[in-house]
Amino acid sequence: MWGQKKEIRLISRRDGLKILSALGIIAVTPKVLVASPTDVSSLIDEITKGKHAEGSDIYLDLPEIAENGNQVKVSFEIESPMTPDSYVKKVYIFADGNPAPRVAEFTFTPRMGICSATTRMRLAKTQDVHLLAEFSDGVYATTKATVKVTIGGCGG
Amino acid sequence: MASVKPRGKVPKEASVGEIIEIKTLLRHPMHSGRMRDADGKIIPKKIVNKFYANFNGELIFSMGIEPSISSNPYIVFPFKVMESGEFEFFWEEESGEKYELTRKIAVS
Repeated sequence: MWGQKKEIRLISRRDGLKILSALGIIAVTPKVLVASPTDVSSLIDEITKGKHAEGSDIYLDLPEIAENGNQVKVSFEIESPMTPDSYVKKVYIFADGNPAPRVAEFTFTPRMGICSATTRMRLAKTQDVHLLAEFSDGVYATTKATVKVTIGGCGG
Repeated sequence: MASVKPRGKVPKEASVGEIIEIKTLLRHPMHSGRMRDADGKIIPKKIVNKFYANFNGELIFSMGIEPSISSNPYIVFPFKVMESGEFEFFWEEESGEKYELTRKIAVS
C-alpha cells in the first residue's frame, strides 16, 4: 500500500517538474524569506517549553498533491473524551515552507463533544504541515504530513 | 472590492446529545500584504486574525488566524447540542473591524 502511494507521488512530481521546466518557471527562484523545519521545531519548543511532545491518536487529513496552493484544505480529528477533566485545549497548525510558519491556532472547549476542525490554507511551495495539540493535562502531541504544491499560494 | 460578508450554516434542529457540524465562511480577501495588483503595487494588508463562536453567551470555540489562511476563511467545527439556543459568530480584523452573525438551533 505504502509502496504504491510512493510510486504515484514520484510520477506526479516528475510530470509536474517537466511541465514547469518546459514553461521556464523552474529557473526562477523567488527571493522570499521562508520558514524552515528548524523554525517550526523551535516554535514547537517555545510552545511546549521544551516538554517532549508525544505521539497520540491524531488524524491529519491533507491532500498529497495540491494543484493550487491558494486553497489547501486541512482537516484534523484528535481522539479525546472532551470532558471538563480531559479535553484538547489547543491545536496549532504550522507550515514550514511559508513566509511565516504559523497558520492557525484553534482553542477547543469540552462543549464541542469531539475534537475536530477543517479550514483552508495557503502553501507557498511543497512542504511539511505540522500539527501540535495541547491536552488539558499538559501533554503535547505532534504529527506532520507533506503536501506537494504545484502552484504556490503566497503571491511572492 | 467585494464587500465582506459572513455566512454560517447550522442545522435548524437537533436532538439532545447530538454532535452537529457548524460551517462558517467569511467573504474576505485576506490580503497578506505580500501580493501585488496588476500595476505592481503592493495590496495593503487586510487580515482577519480572530474568529470565535459563542453559544447562549458562552465561548465554545475560537481560532487565531494568520495570513497563511486562504481568502474567504472557511472554518468547520463540531458542537454537542444539549439545549436550544443561539450561536454568535465573530470575526475580527487586525484593524479592529468586526463582523458578526447569529444562528438559532432548536432541540427536538
